Amino acid sequence: MTGPRTSRYARDVAVVAFAQSDHLRRTDELSEVEMVMPVLHEVLAATGLKAGEIGFTCSGSSDYLAGRAFSFTMTLDGVGAWPPISESHVEMDGAWALYEAWVKIQTGEADTALVYSYGKSSPGSVRDVLTRQLDPYYLAPLWPDSVALAALQARALIDAGETDEPALAAIAARSRADAGANPHAQLRGAVPQGDHQVRPLRTGDCPPIGDGAAAVVLAAGDLARRLCERPAWITGIDHRIEAHGLGLRDLTDSPSTRTAAEHAGLFDAPVDTAELHAPFSSQEVVLRKALRLGDTVAVNPSGGALAANPMMAAGLIRIGEAAARIHRGASDRAVAHATSGPCLQQNLVAVLEGDRA
Amino acid sequence: MSTSGTSDPSSPSSPSGISGAPGKEPVAVVGIGQTKHVAARHDVSIAGLVREAATRALADAELTWADIDAVVIGKAPDFFEGVMMPELYLADALGAVGKPMLRVHTAGSVGGSTALVAANLVAARVHRTVLTLAFEKQSESNAMWGLSLPVPFQQPLLAGAGGFFAPHVRAYMRRTGAPDGVGSLVAYKDRRNALRNPYAHLHEHDITLEKVQASPMLWDPIRYSETCPSSDGACAMVLTDRAGAARSPHPPAWVHGGAMRSEPTLFAGKDFVSPQAGKDCAADVYRQAGITDPRREIDAVEMYVPFSWYEPMWLENLGFAEEGEGWKLTEAGVTEIDGDLPVNPSGGVLSTNPIGASGMIRFAEAALQVRGQAGEHQVPGARRALGHAYGGGAQFFAMWLVGAQEPTT
Repeated sequence: MTGPRTSRYARDVAVVAFAQSDHLRRTDELSEVEMVMPVLHEVLAATGLKAGEIGFTCSGSSDYLAGRAFSFTMTLDGVGAWPPISESHVEMDGAWALYEAWVKIQTGEADTALVYSYGKSSPGSVRDVLTRQLDPYYLAPLWPDSVALAALQARALIDAGETDEPALAAIAARSRADAGANPHAQLRGAVPQGDHQVRPLRTGDCPPIGDGAAAVVLAAGDLARRLCERPAWITGIDHRIEAHGLGLRDLTDSPSTRTAAEHAGLFDAPVDTAELHAPFSSQEVVLRKALRLGDTVAVNPSGGALAANPMMAAGLIRIGEAAARIHRGASDRAVAHATSGPCLQQNLVAVLEGDRA
Repeated sequence: MSTSGTSDPSSPSSPSGISGAPGKEPVAVVGIGQTKHVAARHDVSIAGLVREAATRALADAELTWADIDAVVIGKAPDFFEGVMMPELYLADALGAVGKPMLRVHTAGSVGGSTALVAANLVAARVHRTVLTLAFEKQSESNAMWGLSLPVPFQQPLLAGAGGFFAPHVRAYMRRTGAPDGVGSLVAYKDRRNALRNPYAHLHEHDITLEKVQASPMLWDPIRYSETCPSSDGACAMVLTDRAGAARSPHPPAWVHGGAMRSEPTLFAGKDFVSPQAGKDCAADVYRQAGITDPRREIDAVEMYVPFSWYEPMWLENLGFAEEGEGWKLTEAGVTEIDGDLPVNPSGGVLSTNPIGASGMIRFAEAALQVRGQAGEHQVPGARRALGHAYGGGAQFFAMWLVGAQEPTT
């Protein structure tokens, strides 16, 4: 058995379990904690660990989606933080919660970590809500919504000759077709491309709006091997942010993704799988280029964010889906990506590997 | 986009066994910067506010933006400014473009948690030098009502934090038999200490104990003058590894221990007066730092006291006094700046409260004490100091213990 190449870090850390909710357009009958609890129970059951045996717990969520301050205090009830636990929270996608947990394990202060994240977009208008994360003085007062900003990016790509509307439609169709094998996906199977939402993006180029949650368990070294038959070793992980102003960026490229990938060691060896957090079809074009993914790589076999895009969880789900493929032997080396902010402003890249027989 | 100044994750840790950890890198605080905390900074944007603190921390460390490998930012609920995930917009102002940027949010403890997340990046040898910053610009909205948004089928927080915590203060008084006047003593002390701190928000030059005692009752038993203000402010620190500390132009503060603990908001058997999570967090920090008698071995404490009575409550929770005895230390003057155990020589949260930054200010003020840089509010000869923060329904705790000497273990 060949071990993972993680010697760049102090400790070898792996994803040993992943669980997610069914992602649904509405979950009116569920509070956030009711949505999260079954996922936590499932992911812990997969490892045989109890909440109190976990070394560190970290979550990601957004008060703006929940519509109340300190919303994460409610979901902490779902963890069962008694006796008290070592715990933290990021106001970011759960992929960054996973990063904080990975750092904690690297310090040696914990050997295991529970990471979870969730978002309910259904109670509000997420297109409007996301305008509140723009520059509050010069941009947010104009209420440019997330689809409009993504459309600017898509237009820049088409103008640069990097894609066209039929190619974007093909990305959308492939994603939904692949999601047919994913029982948790919100859109499973073909959906019509539909009319333009904001030119050049059609309905089919945009992610579904919905609610969902996800959870991952991390473990270090031999413990990971005891908890999981084939751990998904995190052989590299890094994240980078770009300028906020869209006018300061080349929207057809993602230098932050490329830098993160370099630091994560992605380009040291080929990957067979990529789970990309590309909520809009056009963003897959940008990410494929930044990550230098060839045609032999299976991109978003889960269906990706075009099939299910629960805010604050969709990035963590990419890591979980990539890890799950390694767990079941469908991948040996995979890259997972998460994004935050308008037009791929902030990006995280993780490289996952399985032990070779 | 430049990637210069970013760290190489392959540096300097030695290869280890599969599950072994090579030991943590010592973490040093080499730069500290604060804004002058005030009720409303109408003269700066949110970006201008955070940049002011960050540039002061860099100047203190005699470093530039290019020396920073990553930025870790924290603040309390986004509703306080009305900006969702404002770190996205602040990336440029904090020199984070092309670098990793993390946003922590753990309620009122967030300033402390943010510093600990940053310290872990150095301790794990993922990065060598990290800028950490916490802020709140409360004049952008109203914090009390920002905390009180009604959500169907969920317990309301009722008119802000004071309404939530007052019953727990009353429970402490009943449990310990503490006389009514102890809270006023704390407020009188902290407001006088603030007069020595040029960055403190409240500078009440004509403060008297009688004025505190005569101030209006807001949430019985908490009076107006026993309550924290609402501030605009930011606090930043530069954390670095042993090699970085060796280049520091001023004496560093070394992190001897740090921990976070959380428990649920409400559950049968919860002790709101002295939460178990606080006890566990302190015990973890003391274990890491080799502290066996905190009252004797710690020279100064910056604890999170948003309402005066929390000083005697936390004195017990943190192991500085036996249960039921905390108020006696306050009453005897032990926690005065010239006392045996100075608590909040900076003036504390009672004098300065940009909520998301308040925890980091506690951590930074503890570091200033052991660096000997606390100016007029310096505790003479302080060698070890505790920074403490709590949040939520007295359920999230973050603490660190810093020392003038590099830790030996």
